[in-house]
Amino acid sequence: MAEGQQHPLKIYWIMWGALFVLSGFSYATDFMDDGALRTFLILLFMMMKAGGIVLIFMHMGWERLALKLAILGPPVAILVLIWLMSLEGGYIEDTRVEYYGESTMEPETPGHH
Amino acid sequence: MSEAVLDSGVEAPGTKGVIDDFSRDKQVFGVPWGKAMMWIFLLSDTFIFSCFLVGYMSVRIATTDPWPNPSEVFGLEAFGVQVPLLLIAIMTFILITSSGTMALAVNMGYRKARNKTFWLMVATAVLGASFVGMQAFEWSKLIAEGVRPWENPFGAAQFGSSFFMITGFHGMHVSAGVIYLLVIAFRVKNGFYEKRGGNYEIVEITGLYWHFVDLVWVFIFAFFYLW
Repeated sequence: MAEGQQHPLKIYWIMWGALFVLSGFSYATDFMDDGALRTFLILLFMMMKAGGIVLIFMHMGWERLALKLAILGPPVAILVLIWLMSLEGGYIEDTRVEYYGESTMEPETPGHH
Repeated sequence: MSEAVLDSGVEAPGTKGVIDDFSRDKQVFGVPWGKAMMWIFLLSDTFIFSCFLVGYMSVRIATTDPWPNPSEVFGLEAFGVQVPLLLIAIMTFILITSSGTMALAVNMGYRKARNKTFWLMVATAVLGASFVGMQAFEWSKLIAEGVRPWENPFGAAQFGSSFFMITGFHGMHVSAGVIYLLVIAFRVKNGFYEKRGGNYEIVEITGLYWHFVDLVWVFIFAFFYLW
């Protein structure tokens, strides 16, 4: 502890490589068809990358539990906000459809200018 | 037995350790104050970015207009082929590369290899600056195509406001990080920290900020560009 976070270089090389591979997988999901599987994979690779960065690169994995809880605990509350705002968003959309009707907008296709 | 543990000064692991850390007459977190403060700053920043992303989620759910397909909007033509999200993918890999050089800089800092630490931090800053440059290109391209915070030709108007706000705030973090990295890198090089007992924890603290910027990009990439 006195000398700070010193770890073998090998750990960083492995983590670095893993981030590259996982980012490649993330990008590959863009070529899949929309659906539950694609959504699941986007979230899975995202969480694996985020976990690796926080635990290895930011050294959180080696910190004491008191610091881990103090920093990683509070963001869990955001899940409640996500839940509430998705309910709210759905309600607003329903209200808009009810009063203004479905959208009649016909968007352009990008990349043809 | 419990008294023996308390008096030994050995820090207990697990939940007993948490109780000890918070209740004993000592500093709670066994880390340098600068590191604890950086973590707390990053925690607050986590909430700011989360609010932006949750805001984006709710306007995207609430709009009745079709949401523009990011895969097409951010696609680029390379060698005559339309490649989806090409520039965004390159930006992602650049940021990951910079995270790697930063992690090595932290390690070299603790080994007091000042020259290596300096160059690795400069490399990180250069990669960060090129990320911001590509983002400027992306913004210019979208603005030229008519994307505005209040309207765009591809679909729901909320797309533009979410895009400029989220990527703009992230880009600002990267730009600030580049300046921060360069300041600390030059201090490492000119021996500023040698006069202060040769303590290179500051490199790790700077690294925390930089890795956080990469971390936020992981979420932006997943939620804004891929979703």
